[in-house]
Amino acid sequence: MLADKDRIFRNLYGLHDWGIAGARRRGSWDATAAILAKGRDAIINEIKASGLRGRGGAGFPSGLKWSFMPKQSDGRPQYLVVNADESEPGTCKDREIMRHDPHLLVEGCLIAGFAMGAQVGYIYVRGEFIREREHLEAAVEEAYAQRLLGTNTVHGYDFDLHVHHGAGAYICGEETALLESLEGKKGQPRLKPPFPANVGLYGCPTTVNNVETIAVVPDIMRRGAAWFSSLGRPNNTGTKLYCISGHVENPCTVEEVMGVPLRELIDRHAGGVRGGWNNLLAVIPGGSSMPLVPAAQCETLPMDFDGCLSVKSSLGTAAVIVMDKSTDIIRAMARISYFYKHESCGQCTPCREGMGWMWRVLTRMAEGRAQRREIDMLFEVTRQIEGHTICAFGDGAAWPVQGLLRHFRGEIERRIDEYTARAQSRPVSEAAE
Amino acid sequence: MSVRRLAAPELQPKGFSFTPDNLAWAQRQIAKYPPGRQQSAVIPLLWRAQEQAGGWLPQAAIEYVAALLGMANIRVLEVATFYTMFLLAPVGRKAHVQVCGTTPCMLRGAGAIIDVCRARIHAQPFDRSADGDFSWEEVECLGACVNAPMVLIGRDTYEDLTAQSFARVLDGFASGHPPAPGPQIARQYSAPAGGPTTLTDASLYAPSGGDAATVADIVERPAAAPGRADAPSIVAAAQPTGEDVQRMAAVDAEALARTEEADIAAKIALLPKSATPEQKADAVGARPQALVAARAGAADDLKRIRGVGPVNESKLNALGVYHFDQIAGWGRAEIRWVETYLAFPGRIDREGWVGQSKLLAAGPAERTSRPAGRDEAAPGAGAPQKKA
Repeated sequence: MLADKDRIFRNLYGLHDWGIAGARRRGSWDATAAILAKGRDAIINEIKASGLRGRGGAGFPSGLKWSFMPKQSDGRPQYLVVNADESEPGTCKDREIMRHDPHLLVEGCLIAGFAMGAQVGYIYVRGEFIREREHLEAAVEEAYAQRLLGTNTVHGYDFDLHVHHGAGAYICGEETALLESLEGKKGQPRLKPPFPANVGLYGCPTTVNNVETIAVVPDIMRRGAAWFSSLGRPNNTGTKLYCISGHVENPCTVEEVMGVPLRELIDRHAGGVRGGWNNLLAVIPGGSSMPLVPAAQCETLPMDFDGCLSVKSSLGTAAVIVMDKSTDIIRAMARISYFYKHESCGQCTPCREGMGWMWRVLTRMAEGRAQRREIDMLFEVTRQIEGHTICAFGDGAAWPVQGLLRHFRGEIERRIDEYTARAQSRPVSEAAE
Repeated sequence: MSVRRLAAPELQPKGFSFTPDNLAWAQRQIAKYPPGRQQSAVIPLLWRAQEQAGGWLPQAAIEYVAALLGMANIRVLEVATFYTMFLLAPVGRKAHVQVCGTTPCMLRGAGAIIDVCRARIHAQPFDRSADGDFSWEEVECLGACVNAPMVLIGRDTYEDLTAQSFARVLDGFASGHPPAPGPQIARQYSAPAGGPTTLTDASLYAPSGGDAATVADIVERPAAAPGRADAPSIVAAAQPTGEDVQRMAAVDAEALARTEEADIAAKIALLPKSATPEQKADAVGARPQALVAARAGAADDLKRIRGVGPVNESKLNALGVYHFDQIAGWGRAEIRWVETYLAFPGRIDREGWVGQSKLLAAGPAERTSRPAGRDEAAPGAGAPQKKA
């Protein structure tokens, strides 16, 4: 288990003061000027050496992402945008950072903004996080008041940071949709390329990072890349906030080392699966967009990017949704499909139409009111959605259905057969389809 | 994708404009963005307009924001209809309940919460209850999955609900005294119920000197919420009054009392029978800060606290407690200590000593005649509130 001294989020549960005084006691804003004095390249190299990968789901190496920003400005301003539109079902980690340790994020914004040559940062908070936004705004104000942000700062780098918010659109977690929304439009993703590092917010070079990614930056800079990369496995380094929800005794958010075995995570922190480990049916390891993993593969599953990939799923946001054997797995997945149907931005036809289609078919399958051949048809439809849309929303909606079909095809068939058998026992004449 | 339309013309108010405060606030928002990019402020402005208009967004407000930002009406209208937190028709006066129904909440019983909404508010979402006070809708993931099931009412979340505790939340809004937000079971935010499994190493916080709070303390002394003063709320009339209530960590008082009593009993059971009251008290809490003598030689008349007689007063004096403000500052740890030491479990909470002392320390002359004022006193002391 990760030792307490190696934890980055030391006020995860809000037991201590979240304001600047408490944050300073926990080490924030300590000699920030010395970190900035190392220079842009040194900071980016340190982040590269730490092996930090983006915590928003895709796991892209953060140092590399920052290095895409132009070294020499062509006259356009450069922006850092922090994606705090945490909406992936199962995920509630950024919420804890914003309401209980906002200065980790604020200081991280300054350091990251400096490293990528940005003069202005925007934090895009999801609309529903109202109290969280209030804490974050208060933290930003405290930083301005102490000349840690703004012009004429104590460390000599001028950086403005603003808190912006959305109003309940999941799609705005996609980086280009977020930029559209930040510009005051509907959150509909943009085609890439051009990538935001060249043409982002207001047509200027922009980097979009997740809250957790930015919030760990100050600790990496203080303790060193070697410390961070010593945690976890190669290519999967550092610590991670895991959100364990669903059918466990004590759902919780906890910081653990990358690669912690799933069973240890659930047993040690969440009090175990409801009814014991043998009662486990399946786990969604990385938020609702990721394919589920059946119980048989959960025993030794290491919770990191490569570990989850090896069972054809993904770490995503490390939101572990646990389902025990009482779960109606088809209905649970149908509800996820409903979520995607509701949240599709409507821009691309395969997504806009396909989401509703998948939801309707799954709803029928949950009752068994379907044909066996429709299982293959449903799979084919998910393949037609995946990769055929502007953004990854289509993929994220198709994968959980594919996971269901991959692992619980037998259950769907059984239900169809049962329903058919019942229908045959009642000789009611029905119109042919 | 959902199809959303503006409310019928007969429901639409004639006009809309920001209050002077909100207008000044709007100008500050617009200043966050580069010149010429004022369109960026459209979502925050629409949100503020919705709050000012009573929880929903009339057409006049959409057009007002469009004019304010120099945008075409249709551009604002498409934003208002795209983002589902903008409610386009009137909602309940006291509360609009947003129930999360997405899979993580569904797995933990969001269906039961929705059933309560159907039974108590209206069979259909978005329709107002008969008295017009409440409305509800099922929303997609609200991002508190480890505290499922949960609802969002106004600006606050109510988490770890059951049908019963959710009914109590609704009762609270109906009577104008909603319970403290957050988890409605004994639990510290997103920490596992029963106490954190991590961050238990007190030395992490040691250099700070005295910042090493325990779970017990936090019920009295949570991270403070920033001021709400500039923030109109659709449930403004129903908000709890008094800073203390807002600052309180969100813990169901009854569940807290139960788990705390069990916890105290368990800890005392571990001690030898011969343990003195002091040893027992030390095992379950923290001794309150003692004064050597009353300040300026004049102790407060602690008997003015309902529940404290001459005997308890002398016992408290013997502990170095002479003033109301001392008792007013007690946290969970101190309350547990004193209750155990004086051997009357639960009484300090039941009688609201801490809340009473806060009022007395603030200086009202008359003896507090509870239970009339329990609403202020009891939540501050984490006392169980019995609902009829």
